[in-house]
Amino acid sequence: MKLKTILMAGAMAIAASGASAACSYENEVPLKSLSAGFEAWKAVTDAMAECGNFSASLDQEFREKQPEAFAANPSLYQIGGVSNATLVPLLNAGTIRPLDDLVEKYGQNLLPNQLIKVDGKTMAIAFMVNAQHLMYRNDVLADLGIEEPKTYGEIIDAAAKIKEAGVMDYPIGGTFKTGWNLGQEFVNMYLGEGGAFFGDGNMPAINNAQGVAALETLKAMTDYMDPEYLVSDSTYVQQQFQQGKIAMANLWASRAAAMNDEAESQVVGKVTMASAPMGSSVPATTVWWDGIVLASNMSDEEADAAFRLVMEGIDAEMVGANNDTAVWLSTAYTPGELAAGAAASAEGGAKPYPASGPMGIMHTSLGNGLADYLTGAKDAQTALADIEADYITAAKEAGLISN
Amino acid sequence: MNFRTFAAFVGPSVFMMLLFIAFPLVSVFKQSFYITQPVYETVEVETCTPGFLTQTCVTELKSQPKLDEHGEVITRTEYVGLQSYRNVLEPERAWRAITEGNWSVLSTINFWKALRFTLTFTLITLPLVIGFGLGIAVLINNAAGSIRGPVIFISLLPFIITPVIGALSINWLFRGDGILTALLEWWLNRDIALFAQAWTIEILMMFYRVWHVAPFAAVVFYAGLQTVNQDSLESAVIDGATRWQRMKYIVIPHLMPLIIFVSMIHLMDAYRVFEEIVGFSSQAYVISLQWLTFDFLVPDQAGNRSISRASASAMLTMIGIVLLLILPLRRTWRDHKGGH
Repeated sequence: MKLKTILMAGAMAIAASGASAACSYENEVPLKSLSAGFEAWKAVTDAMAECGNFSASLDQEFREKQPEAFAANPSLYQIGGVSNATLVPLLNAGTIRPLDDLVEKYGQNLLPNQLIKVDGKTMAIAFMVNAQHLMYRNDVLADLGIEEPKTYGEIIDAAAKIKEAGVMDYPIGGTFKTGWNLGQEFVNMYLGEGGAFFGDGNMPAINNAQGVAALETLKAMTDYMDPEYLVSDSTYVQQQFQQGKIAMANLWASRAAAMNDEAESQVVGKVTMASAPMGSSVPATTVWWDGIVLASNMSDEEADAAFRLVMEGIDAEMVGANNDTAVWLSTAYTPGELAAGAAASAEGGAKPYPASGPMGIMHTSLGNGLADYLTGAKDAQTALADIEADYITAAKEAGLISN
Repeated sequence: MNFRTFAAFVGPSVFMMLLFIAFPLVSVFKQSFYITQPVYETVEVETCTPGFLTQTCVTELKSQPKLDEHGEVITRTEYVGLQSYRNVLEPERAWRAITEGNWSVLSTINFWKALRFTLTFTLITLPLVIGFGLGIAVLINNAAGSIRGPVIFISLLPFIITPVIGALSINWLFRGDGILTALLEWWLNRDIALFAQAWTIEILMMFYRVWHVAPFAAVVFYAGLQTVNQDSLESAVIDGATRWQRMKYIVIPHLMPLIIFVSMIHLMDAYRVFEEIVGFSSQAYVISLQWLTFDFLVPDQAGNRSISRASASAMLTMIGIVLLLILPLRRTWRDHKGGH
């Protein structure tokens, strides 16, 4: 009986995989990909798998494995998933190939802004953008007669009112987890203030008025955040929202769909997506993209097959089926309410994340060094000076600053 | 046993130890004195990234590693002496803080912050592990034969759990409005945030470590308890010794070699405290020496990692363990010599 069931299931699976081939062709070349593992990647790689002979590794630790895997000859993966930051090590090591000829052959449906160009050569194909932007509880703010906050000053005022009215103890949520998340918060604020991270010769330049302003805003927000903010990552903030514990947060656009997920969320339809709050110069956020690269160390036939498969993975059909999963870069994408926040931030002039080798080190130094300011162990200037010192030590070791 | 047989038995083990312990150690030692870095050139690059409708293109000066004719990154390796150790220890800043008597500044320098916690953690958990281990062992020993099996099984459970999983469970039980925090809040009728300051996290970490390691100590001591001379115990009872006196004058001296053995194992393990930091994601407040090494070694998103500082930090951790072990080792050495 049991054996029979298993056999039946097996037969069904084979039949299903034969029937579901929504792919327009049959892929003959064995291909593998390594990328991050969030929902949009799952949608893209699932669509690619429909063509057969393809296996995807969706791995949250992909950025530690990718440089080594692509440096192997032949490369361990033909297709790689990157964002603006994780493109840098591959680009530096020269392990990804220019895609211009392939774009000409298969890329008729690509939008011009999907082509990531470095020195005139297309090195990656972006298929989605992501940004942190303001999400707020429209019911809570409307009850108290608060307008949509446009700046961090207004957010803090709104938080004060919500707390005073006794609606919530901690109205603001934030991805302030020490390390990458906290570093990213500073990057957002600092760019919003119009700051620049580096001077000549990769020397750090964050210990200035804009840096202090960014820090002070971060600290002012923590007064209205759960005291355990230094361990709170995107998933935690998303859950706080879903459980109705917070009213406002600057959260990733890729998390927007979760607010209306009836299985998890108690606040369906009550969260409005708005532009990231304005800093002194531009919205305090950074625009990221996610896209696909192809390894240098493989045959041209493989590259041809891989690119064709990628085009199938990010085609209109996939975007149509997963419209709300991400802010897709595609002609087939209809921006809904969930994408409004990211779109408004970009229209307001939000900058792309300034990814580079030195920026990687700076982000780490910021992520490790900011907690001392927020916990009160250091004042703003000391914290920034110490972060700069830490950056210089690491950058010298990496060879980015000459001794 | 003749030498050939001895060598045949020991050989494979010595070979493995050389291959997997000694050689890596020598390599780490060497790397801590060298820095290997790519050769960078500054080039003007135009980069285009997607906006919503159009592309954003910027032209800027960028540092790019030079590639050789095979497409490999050109690197150069340079002897830097103790520079990496200086970078880890930051002696000037530390010394300034010490001379000014400013402990709060000293405790913001990563290495010293980590050393402070690592030592506190090691030295506080040591007596607790020994104490609880002994307690559990005596408890098992005195339990009736019929329930002894289940008691041993239950007391061993914490030791079986994978350390990271155990730390994560404690984290989830207490984080935010975790079950146990909610219970405490209900009981004390006040808002509690256990992950919002260093000392509560440290207490949770020590609690977790003692909970996790005490069963190991207990099993070792329980084995030792089986070999206590029953005649001496009986004569002590006849002489009117209390339970405590029997423990103090007969059982503990008998178990002393085992206590030292457990202490040494625990010192070595606790000084390398790492799972707790990751499991409790406590980097903002509390870091350990082992975590510091790990942090140097993890590449950032642009692929940079600080191998030289990681090597230096690993060597310093090893030196620390050796220093800690000198005391118990000297005692065993003396006992050993006295025994002959």
